[in-house]
Amino acid sequence: MTATLVLQNIFNGIMLGGLYALIAVGYTMVYGILRLINFAHGDIMMMGIYFAFYAVALLSLPVWLAFIVAILGSALLGFLIDRVAYKPLRNAPRISALITAIGMSFFLESFAVVVFGANYKSFLKVFGEHKEILRKYILIGNARLPVLTILVISITALSLLFLFWIVYKTKIGMAMRAISSDIPTTALMGVNVDMVIGFTFALGSALAAISGIMWAMRYPNFFPYTGFMPGLKAFIAAVFGGIGSIPGAVLGGFLLGMIEILIVSMVPQVMEYKDAFAFVILIIVLLVKPSGLMGQKVIEKV
Amino acid sequence: MEKKLSAKANFFLTVIFVIFVIFLLHLANVYMNAYQLKILNLMAIYGIMAVSLNLINGITGIFSLGHAGFILVGAYTAALLTLTPEQKEMSFIIEPIIPFLKHLHTNFFFATLAGGVLAAFAAFLVGWSVLRLAGDYLAIASLGFAEVIRILALNLRSITNGALGLKGIPEYTNTWWAWGWLFATVLFIGSLVNSSYGRALKAIREDRIAAEEMGINVFKHQLLSFVIGGFFAGISGSLYAHWLTTIDPRITTLGPMLTFYVLIMIVLGGLGSITGSILGAMIFAILFEWFRRFEEPFTFFGIEVPGIKGMRILVISAIFILVMIFWQRGLMGRTELTWNNLYKWIFARRGGEKS
Repeated sequence: MTATLVLQNIFNGIMLGGLYALIAVGYTMVYGILRLINFAHGDIMMMGIYFAFYAVALLSLPVWLAFIVAILGSALLGFLIDRVAYKPLRNAPRISALITAIGMSFFLESFAVVVFGANYKSFLKVFGEHKEILRKYILIGNARLPVLTILVISITALSLLFLFWIVYKTKIGMAMRAISSDIPTTALMGVNVDMVIGFTFALGSALAAISGIMWAMRYPNFFPYTGFMPGLKAFIAAVFGGIGSIPGAVLGGFLLGMIEILIVSMVPQVMEYKDAFAFVILIIVLLVKPSGLMGQKVIEKV
Repeated sequence: MEKKLSAKANFFLTVIFVIFVIFLLHLANVYMNAYQLKILNLMAIYGIMAVSLNLINGITGIFSLGHAGFILVGAYTAALLTLTPEQKEMSFIIEPIIPFLKHLHTNFFFATLAGGVLAAFAAFLVGWSVLRLAGDYLAIASLGFAEVIRILALNLRSITNGALGLKGIPEYTNTWWAWGWLFATVLFIGSLVNSSYGRALKAIREDRIAAEEMGINVFKHQLLSFVIGGFFAGISGSLYAHWLTTIDPRITTLGPMLTFYVLIMIVLGGLGSITGSILGAMIFAILFEWFRRFEEPFTFFGIEVPGIKGMRILVISAIFILVMIFWQRGLMGRTELTWNNLYKWIFARRGGEKS
């Protein structure tokens, strides 16, 4: 492999990893608080793509405004899902909440099939005659660096910085962290636990929508099951980094994206099986270090 | 004093019930039309899928989401064995089939058994690696493995014919095969659950650590349950393939969607109850067909509503979420519909004052 190719692959890896990371933090925040795998998270990302698409196609909003509407819409959707489906099950066995989450995932997918149609749509339509923007690139030496990649990487970085600011520097972030270690005690301190959990869902969903919109710019064909695979892989990224830990999810996302791109570029014959690697990585990580790279060790108490 | 039927009476009632069901199936074969028979057979196929997943999820308490993967293995194995060499040569247009597989041909019974055995082997491999994990991780990992199996089926073109799938599978699944296999499944899994193995499995479900302290080899028992569940999933896969006559590795046919359907059945029937699973499977089969009306144009209070594709899955998933929120124990909870329970239920009212 030439140096040019290596550079190009590294950029691609960072971009894909960033997209995974944005979804993975949503999983990890919810898991950290409720010990619930929010199966519907990948589908919220898919809904974000559709919201953005229809905000332009039906409401003919300018692109930037459409994206903001889509992100806010997804945040609201995440909040509502928690209120309607998960909140009634807070005190139920954990497995019930997990089954409900699976049901929610299929509900969103079939909702998208019914309302938006089962066929593939192209996100390029959103950009109309400006769609060549997505194909522009600048040259670094001989390596082609698409403008889109720079855009995706910088927006990912900004979003993650914003997330870290919320979680570690604001009052609501402090409440989130408090809840993730002890819900009853936090409630006694006068924190409105349900509101904070709802906010966590909204925040995670907004990040998933940001990732979804950028995903659709990179891979423009989308359909109601688009969120399934990225969702699963982002979950794996979250486990890889140590579920419950936000920096871990970010690290896991970037590593997973990088590994995927590098394997495919080094051994192109296995291209068709690329979706299988993530699961193999998951099994290896869980067998070797179940707490993930940056997770806390949980001791099973009797 | 607890009222209980004698073992003799119990056995006698069961035999009468089985003869009665055989008689009903015979009547159905004579009087039902082809479409109704098709649904009747689907009920039994779903029943096998539900009972086998219930053994893993409800009775052993391993939350596996890999069932569709084992069903897929059974379906492909059996279909490749019942298709004639000429059919196989004709349909494999992307890449020719491996010569060894091309000439392999056997009857429906052995093809189904082979499907079960291969699925059990797949379940052994998957179980051996995922059973080291616990709870949610296991759910994701098993779902992942089912996806890996599906991706393999999509890409091993010289074995599975890739995305085109297998077509022209003979429609062997009739009422006797489908219901006969359901009977065998219930007989086997039912006796397993009532044996000492079954009690060990339930102990693991209730408290894994306590079970381990009591000297139960948790891993071995879970793997056993996984492999048996996988075997019957493979059997159901074979019946399903010879019911559909066309199989392909899409998400919506033999992918995660199917696991989700089976999960609905066992949750509806009550996680942990075999009779509940069968009831759940039957209700699901009927509802799913009945909901087809939502996908065809219909009039609702005088308003013409156009048929919408995918509507029935939306309705099913909405019902599913409602069941989970308001009615978690499902139809049967963990209790079984047995003669003893029926007997107790009937006499509970008369003898109620005593207790």
